[in-house]
Parts: sequence; C-alpha cells; structure tokens
Amino acid sequence: MGPTVTEWCLIIGSACHHSHPLQIFEYNGSALVAMVGKNCFAIASDRRLGVQLQTIATDFQRVFKIHDRLYIGLSGLATDAQTMYQKLVFRHKMYQLREERDMKPQTFASLVSALLYEKRFGPFFCQPVIAGLGDNDEPFICTMDCLGAKELAKDFVVSGTASESLYGACESMYKPDMGPEELFETISQALLSSVDRDCLSGWGGYVLLVTPTEVQEKILKGRMD
Amino acid sequence: MECVFGLVGKGFAIVAADSSAVHSILVHKSNEDKVMVLDSHKLLGASGEPGDRVQFTEFIQKNVHLYQFRNGIPLTTAATASFTRGELATALRKNPYSVNLLLAGYDKGVGPSMYYIDYIATMHKIEKGAFGYGSYFCLSMMDRLYHPDMTIEEAIELIDKCIVEIRTRLVVAPPNFVIKIVDQDGAREYAWRESIKSPDVSMA
Repeated sequence: MGPTVTEWCLIIGSACHHSHPLQIFEYNGSALVAMVGKNCFAIASDRRLGVQLQTIATDFQRVFKIHDRLYIGLSGLATDAQTMYQKLVFRHKMYQLREERDMKPQTFASLVSALLYEKRFGPFFCQPVIAGLGDNDEPFICTMDCLGAKELAKDFVVSGTASESLYGACESMYKPDMGPEELFETISQALLSSVDRDCLSGWGGYVLLVTPTEVQEKILKGRMD
Repeated sequence: MECVFGLVGKGFAIVAADSSAVHSILVHKSNEDKVMVLDSHKLLGASGEPGDRVQFTEFIQKNVHLYQFRNGIPLTTAATASFTRGELATALRKNPYSVNLLLAGYDKGVGPSMYYIDYIATMHKIEKGAFGYGSYFCLSMMDRLYHPDMTIEEAIELIDKCIVEIRTRLVVAPPNFVIKIVDQDGAREYAWRESIKSPDVSMA
C-alpha cells in the first residue's frame, strides 16, 4: 500500500521548513469552476503552478480535453492531476477503440469516480471538475472529491484552494440560461474575483467555452500576483 | 544548500548547479558534478538526496541510451521528460526518490527546451527555473533580467549574476558551480565558477 495521508505529510514536509501543518491539497494551489448556460458550458481555471509559497510557472494547464465535447479540470496536487489525466485519456482511448464512439459525460464521470475510489485507502489528491455536452446538446457538469463522491449540479461546480470564494462569487453572479457571451463574462468575473482573494491561485485565467458548434479558448489577464 | 537553475536562450539551454557534496556539517568535496549529460543533446541537472540523485540520474541515462540502441534514434527531450516523470510518479507511492530535476535538451526542428520535474513528479515545460534555497534568489533575478531569445553571452551574464547573488545572500552558500550548455552542436560543459579550488586527488 502506498503512503497514508499522514505519511504523505512527512514525505512532502521533509522538504519544507515551515512549522504549520502541511496540507496536500494546498501544496500546488489551484482554482477551477464550470458553469452551465443555454446549450453551452464553460470551464475555467487559474494558471499558477506553485510549490507552497513559491510560484514556479504562470502558464500551467489544469483543464484537459477528453474529446471535442468533454473536458475535465483537475485541481489539487499537480502530480496526481497529471497522472489522473494520463490514466483517463488511456481509458477513454480504449473505450473509443472498443465502442467506436466518444464517451458520454455521465459515463465519464462514473469512470473518474470509479478510478478514484479504487485508491480509497491511498488516494490521488485531486478533485476533478467534469464538464461536457451530452445527448441533445444538454450541458452536463459535475465535481467530486478525491475519493470519487460525485456531486451533480445544474448551475455551477467549483474546486481548488479558492473554492470557498468561488462558491460565493458564482452564487451571486450566476443566472440560468445564459448565452455564450454572457456565460463567458460571468465565469471570467467569478474566477478572477475569487482567485484575487486566494494567494495560492491566480496569475491569470484560462476559460474554455463550448457550444454545440464551436469551442473558444481565452486567456484572462487578472492581477498577476 | 544545493542549487540547480537554468534557462533557455536563442538556440540553446543552460543548466547550472552547485558542486558541493555535503553531509551534515562536513563538505566531502566541492567539485561534484550534478549536471549529467544524458546523451549527445540532453542535460539533466539534479538536486536532492545524494544517493537518490546519482542512482536515479544514472538510471535515466541508461534508459535513454537503451532506447537509442533498440530503436536507432534518440529520444526527444519531451519524451525523455515524460519518461522521467513516469518513473518518479510510479515510484512515488512505493519508494519515492527525493530528487528535483531540470531537464534541458535540443531537438532538431523544435529547438531548445527545458522541463521542471520536481521530486513528486510534477512536470512543467519552462523557460527559466530553479530548485533549492538558491531558487529564492535566482528566480527573482531571472524574472527581472531574463527575456526570450537571449544570446549566450547575455545568458552567461545572467547565470553569473545569479551565482553572485547566491554567494552573497545565502548563508552556507556553496562556493563552486558548474555550468553546462546544450545547443545544436551538443551537450557539453561550459565552465566552472570556483571560489574554492578542490585539491587534486590522485585516482587510486
């Protein structure tokens, strides 16, 4: 069996010299949000890769494409996010070979949940946010914790070190049935205002807006600090 | 304390590392080479626990060579970085290596590239990076003075400024540094920056 959470704290803590207890989910810093609009969805993340107080890069990718109408964002420990992404892409490619079609978002969410729960007593320290267009171009979003407990939502889902700020910002800014432009504006403002209150996430934003006909990627310039 | 840092310039990448081998309060040697030449066009600067550092970098070097023997062509820098990350990630939940790595390479058609791979297998492609206590000084220096497509002279000037900063501001600063460069002509040692000369030891 791999290291437990306590042992993990010792492994990572041995490299740092701070007296406060080590939080695995706060090691790299991240912010993720996905929102549902009218026949479209948007998924956004911050761009900071840090190691506790130090910023390593300001162009880190947290949102990954699974197929044209399905995206996953992975917050939490960056190494586990990268490992999870590799495992998921592998599983989806095998699915495509066998079924000769793309996975539905609901099916993919169940797959992610199962993969996470497999490691129940030595988990991957990442919290996914899944967003996709299902049948009839119906947008689907969900999030789950690091053990695979799914949370389906009809409006928005958030994840990462800035999640509490994101909940507040999204709750106040969200309206149902927004069009793509309004959705983009809303999710960008919610993301930027939330990461500005979190020192571990930020350094700009990355927003992906998906409609049945097109995909728009935009980089946001926020407070660079 | 160990420092490894590097940057990507116009058509080349540089990796510099301190060269002290330290055990508690004792300095075993001051000319330890911590930047391994993986193959003709790749450098791997490593910092961390000495046993893991040597074992892991040699393991990567031998696997890079094995790929070339088996397939007749060398691995690209990106593929080497992926492989290295994979090895660190697999070992992470069994018997983790405590090694931080800066992998730099030159690929025909792609040019120079540098990858930051830390000891828990977080990988990211970067233009400038640093590990260790020295990173607190180097990263700020590079943020201020680095720009894309630097010439070799400008880059070495920046590396030297980082070294001076480490020597001035870090308590127990390592005295000597090695600088290696990789460009289209290959990976090679560029210079040593020594402020304490190690006595020559005759090889038994």
